[in-house]
Amino acid sequence: MGTNFRIIRDKSAGGLMFILLILSIALLIAMGIGLYWKAAPVFEGRALKELLFSANWKPLKGEFGFLPFVMGTLWVTGIAVLLALPVSLLAATFLTEYAKPFVKKYVFPALDILAALPSVVYGVWGTLIIVPWISEKLAPLFVEHSTGYSALAGGIVLGVMILPLLVSLFIELFSAVPNDLREASLGLGATKWQTTQKVVLKKTIPGMIAAVVLAISRAFGETIAVLMVCGNLAQVPHSLFDPVYPIPALIANNYGEMLSLPLYEAALMFAALILFVVVLLFNVASRMVLYRIEKKAS
Amino acid sequence: MKFFVEKLMRVLMVLSLLLVFGFVISIIFTIFSKGWSAMSWDMITKLPGGGFYIGKEGGFLNAIVGSLYIVGASTLLGLFISIPVVFYLNIYLKKNSKLAYVTRLAYDVLFGIPSIVYGAFAFTIMIYLGIKASLLGGIIVITLLIIPIFVRSMDEVAKEFPREILDATYSLGATRLETIRVVVRQIAPGIATATLLSIGRAIGDAAAVMFTAGYTDSIPTSLSQPAATLPLAVFFQLSSPIAEVQDRAYAAALVLTVIVLILSLLGRYFTNRFSKNKLK
Repeated sequence: MGTNFRIIRDKSAGGLMFILLILSIALLIAMGIGLYWKAAPVFEGRALKELLFSANWKPLKGEFGFLPFVMGTLWVTGIAVLLALPVSLLAATFLTEYAKPFVKKYVFPALDILAALPSVVYGVWGTLIIVPWISEKLAPLFVEHSTGYSALAGGIVLGVMILPLLVSLFIELFSAVPNDLREASLGLGATKWQTTQKVVLKKTIPGMIAAVVLAISRAFGETIAVLMVCGNLAQVPHSLFDPVYPIPALIANNYGEMLSLPLYEAALMFAALILFVVVLLFNVASRMVLYRIEKKAS
Repeated sequence: MKFFVEKLMRVLMVLSLLLVFGFVISIIFTIFSKGWSAMSWDMITKLPGGGFYIGKEGGFLNAIVGSLYIVGASTLLGLFISIPVVFYLNIYLKKNSKLAYVTRLAYDVLFGIPSIVYGAFAFTIMIYLGIKASLLGGIIVITLLIIPIFVRSMDEVAKEFPREILDATYSLGATRLETIRVVVRQIAPGIATATLLSIGRAIGDAAAVMFTAGYTDSIPTSLSQPAATLPLAVFFQLSSPIAEVQDRAYAAALVLTVIVLILSLLGRYFTNRFSKNKLK
C-alpha cells in the first residue's frame, strides 16, 4: 500500500466528512426557508402584526389571528418557568454548595429519569394526577368551576419537564465558580448562604439568564404533554384555570386534516415558523453566552 | 438574623430536592399502578382485533413493532452519519476553528428545535417528494431528530480525548483517517451513552411521527406502509371515551416507561464506568 494512496484516502475521507458536516448545518437553513416558503401564502394581504395580535381565528373565513395561541403558549411557558426556576435553583445550590457527594448519587439518576420520560407519559400523569387535583382541590378555592384542563395544568406539567434541564445547567455553572472565592468569603465571616448568594449566584447571573432562556425555548415547543392537559380552546385566557391552546398543540391537532384548505395549511406552517424563529434566536443567544462561560472556566 | 436565613434556606433547599424526588415517584407510581392492572400477555403479543377500539380483544403489538422498526433503523442511520461528523470536528479541524464553533452551535440549535417543527418540516418535504405517511417517513424524521443528540453527546466525550494519543499515532506514521480506530475505541463508552440517549428520545417522541409515520393496526411489511408507534398508541387510545380502551393506553404507557427507565439506568451505568477510567 503506497503512502500516496493512504494520503489520498485520508484527504478524500476528509472531504466526505466535510460534506456531511455542511449538509447537517444546511438542514437548519433549509428548515427556515422551507417553513417560510410554505407559510408565504398567509402573508398575502395580512400584516405580520395582524397575524400575531388579532384574536380573530376563523380559518374557514380566511381570518387567522394567532393571539389566542400566542397567549396560550406564553401563559403555559410563563407558569412553567416561574414554578421550575425556584425549585431548580434551590436544588442545584444544595447539590453544589451544601450536599455531601453521596447525595448526588441518588439525585442524578432521579433527574435522569425526569429528563428521559417521554412527553406522552408526562401527559398521562398530568391527566391522572394534576388535572383532577386542580379541578377538585385547587380551583374550587378560587373560581366557581374548572374542568382542570387549564393553563395551570399545562404549566405544572411543563415545569416538571424542564426541571432536569435547568438543574443540570445550574450545576454546571455553579461548579465552575473557583473555590478560592468561596473560601475568601467564608473567611471574612459570611455564612454559607451569604457566600452562595453574594459570590456564587452573583457571579453566575449571565449564565443563569442564558440557562433560563434555553429552558424557555424548550418549553415553547413542547407539544404532546401540554396538549393533553391544557384544554385546547382557542381563546385568550384570563385566569390560571382557563383552558388554553398553545401553538404546538394547534399544529398537532390540525395538521394533515386541513390540506384541502391551502390557506389553512399555510397558517399552520406559519405557526411552525413562529416556533422555529423563537427557538432559533433564543438558542443561539443563550448558547453563545454559555460557550463563553465554559471557555473562561477551562 | 443571618443564621436564621441560613437555616431557612437549608430547609427550602431540602424541600425542593424532596419535591424533585416526589415528582419522580409520583409519575412512576401512577404509570405503574394504572398500567399494571391493565396489563396482560395479550397486550404485548397480539395485534388489535376487530372491535379493538370499542374495547374488544387484541393488543398493541403493532405499536411495539412499529416503534422498534423506526427506532432501530434511525439509530443505525444516525450512528453512520454522526460518527464521521464528530470525528471530523475533533480530529480534522483545529481546536479553535471557526467552522467547529459554528457547527457545534448549529447542532445545539438543531437539538433545541421542537419535534413538532421537525414533523411539520419533514411532512412538507414528503408531500413535495410524493411520499405518504409511512415507515420510511418516520425513519427519516426520527433520524434527523436524533442526529443532533448523537453529535452533541459524543462530541462532549471526544473533546476530552487526550491529544498525546493522537500525537503517538501520527508519529508512528498513521494518517488522520487511520487514527479513527484508536479514537472510536477510546470513546466507545461515550458512543454507547449517546446511543442510549438517542434511543430514549426516538422511542418516546410522538409529535414528529404523528404526520410522518401515520398509524395502522397491522405490522408494516414494507417501507412505504404506515407504521404505528407506542407514544401515539398511548395518545390515541387515551382520547377514547371507552374505559377499556383507555386502560390500554395506560398499559402502553407502562411498556414505554419501562423501556425508557432501562435505557436511562444503563446510560448512567456507562457514564459512571467511563468517568472512572478516564485518561487524563
